[in-house]
Amino acid sequence: MAKSIDVSDLNIYYGDFLAVEGVNMTVKARSVTAFIGPSGCGKSTFLRSLNRMHEVIPGARVEGKVVVDGQSLYDPSVDPVAVRRQIGMVFQRPNPFPTMSIYDNVLAGKRLNAKKVKKSEADALVEKSLRGANLWSEVKDRLDKPGMGLSGGQQQRLCIARAIAVEPEVLLMDEPCSALDPISTSAIEDLIHELKSDYTIVIVTHNMQQAARVSDDTGFFNLKATGEPGHLVEFNPTKKMFTAPDNDATEAYISGRFG
Amino acid sequence: MNLTTTEPAEVSDTLSGGSQRGDRVFHGLAFAAGASIMVALAGVFIFLAIRGAAGFSAATGLYQPYTSFVPYAAGLLFGTALVAVLAMIIAVPFAVGVALFLTHYAPRPLSTVIAYLIDLLAAVPSVVFGLWGLKALGPALLPIQRWLNEHLGFIPFFAGEVSATGRTVFLAAIVLAIMVLPITTAICREVFGQTPRLHEEAALALGATRWEMIRYAVLPHSRSGIIAGTMLGLGRALGETMAVLLVLNASGPKITWHLLTSDNPATIASNIAQNFQGENIDLQVVLLATGLVLFVFTFLVNFAARWVVIRSERKFQ
Repeated sequence: MAKSIDVSDLNIYYGDFLAVEGVNMTVKARSVTAFIGPSGCGKSTFLRSLNRMHEVIPGARVEGKVVVDGQSLYDPSVDPVAVRRQIGMVFQRPNPFPTMSIYDNVLAGKRLNAKKVKKSEADALVEKSLRGANLWSEVKDRLDKPGMGLSGGQQQRLCIARAIAVEPEVLLMDEPCSALDPISTSAIEDLIHELKSDYTIVIVTHNMQQAARVSDDTGFFNLKATGEPGHLVEFNPTKKMFTAPDNDATEAYISGRFG
Repeated sequence: MNLTTTEPAEVSDTLSGGSQRGDRVFHGLAFAAGASIMVALAGVFIFLAIRGAAGFSAATGLYQPYTSFVPYAAGLLFGTALVAVLAMIIAVPFAVGVALFLTHYAPRPLSTVIAYLIDLLAAVPSVVFGLWGLKALGPALLPIQRWLNEHLGFIPFFAGEVSATGRTVFLAAIVLAIMVLPITTAICREVFGQTPRLHEEAALALGATRWEMIRYAVLPHSRSGIIAGTMLGLGRALGETMAVLLVLNASGPKITWHLLTSDNPATIASNIAQNFQGENIDLQVVLLATGLVLFVFTFLVNFAARWVVIRSERKFQ
């Protein structure tokens, strides 16, 4: 199920504006890869280009290659809708569908893929996904209540449950804890550890301790200079990044001597 | 900074100064503006109630073809509601479709141009719509009316003998639909455009196609807005006078479900316009009473719409 991602010479544009330039990296299957870097350096933009969510914004486009398990995502014959079904995404702010119950939220993606889902199958899938997101015990008695009634941390885990219900190959997380309190954050981090055995996970975070705690590999993004495009400065195993990084800029950023 | 302002007395003067007066004046103006709406509404209601009161029980000859006020007003109200509801049945799917196209399908420059053209449609006077419906659209729709009668005549709506002029409820509903399209489209466009990006992206990231994204994110978010747009359009359709007067070959108050015949129910507004010019003062009083009925009816429709909107919003909070 889990797959690796190979990125080569990826340039990402908003219209004529080059936002991220020349990214090369290999994201390993069944591992957690974290992206760190200052705001506006393009790490979220890069993450969104991995499941073709980037092009949802008018004028946005990419050059270069993203290959998942031998299949180039930006090949003209590839349907972006199909890509997004295989590569799930969790956003910065929890975004359950406001008019849907917890139950329907979990099934939302499944119902897109298969028109009819049998009741017994649906029940089983909802339980499995909510258990997978460590949310089952908290919501099992109120599955028919709106998803918006949950706390922020629970909503975010509901969104993770919704994403894993369609059994994607890769799970992208765009600062999934930035709107959450420390306890909810820790719940999500535990979850990421568990999900790692089944999924390839890529996470963008502003919290360096978080990157150090959850990830196997870390990529550091930075702007070349003010007004210049962002680029990947260093990509290495997390342990190395946080103890002996190759690049001085990485060390400066991680130790807080940035600028 | 003036040196004297450092003296305590001066400072307290500045603190209690004129800014509050401006606040009070603005508060008064805003309150007056808000209150004037209530006054105008109450004024219209009182005028209709006092001047029309006698119309509820006037001489029986004034209520032709009926003999008392209730069936007379009911017949007119039926015609009004029939034409307006048919117009909305035609207009709302169009408005929703156009608004979705403008907000989620059309490229930006095209959508700006089309939105402008639709707004322009709202600026066309209703008498022009009436003349166009009468002279151009009516004759053009005649074959369609005949076809509906011939092939779907077993449905009561399309039964009866087709009008030779084409000035039927069917035509009136289509003309009204075109007239209410701009307002309903504008409201729908507004609410569709305000769908949170967050929810649209939630659907897209699950692998939704554009239409699925609209069904998952845009339409649920916009439900109350669509209802509001529909009700505003309905309000316009219920009160439309000139276009209906020109387009509809009305034979007074009556209750009939036949949409294609030359024997059509009049609407309250067109009936007033048609008969108010006459010399008969007593008939004018009856017409004012029907005006009151229309006023109360539109009020109730709007009230019901608000209730639906509030209920559907509360359900998920």
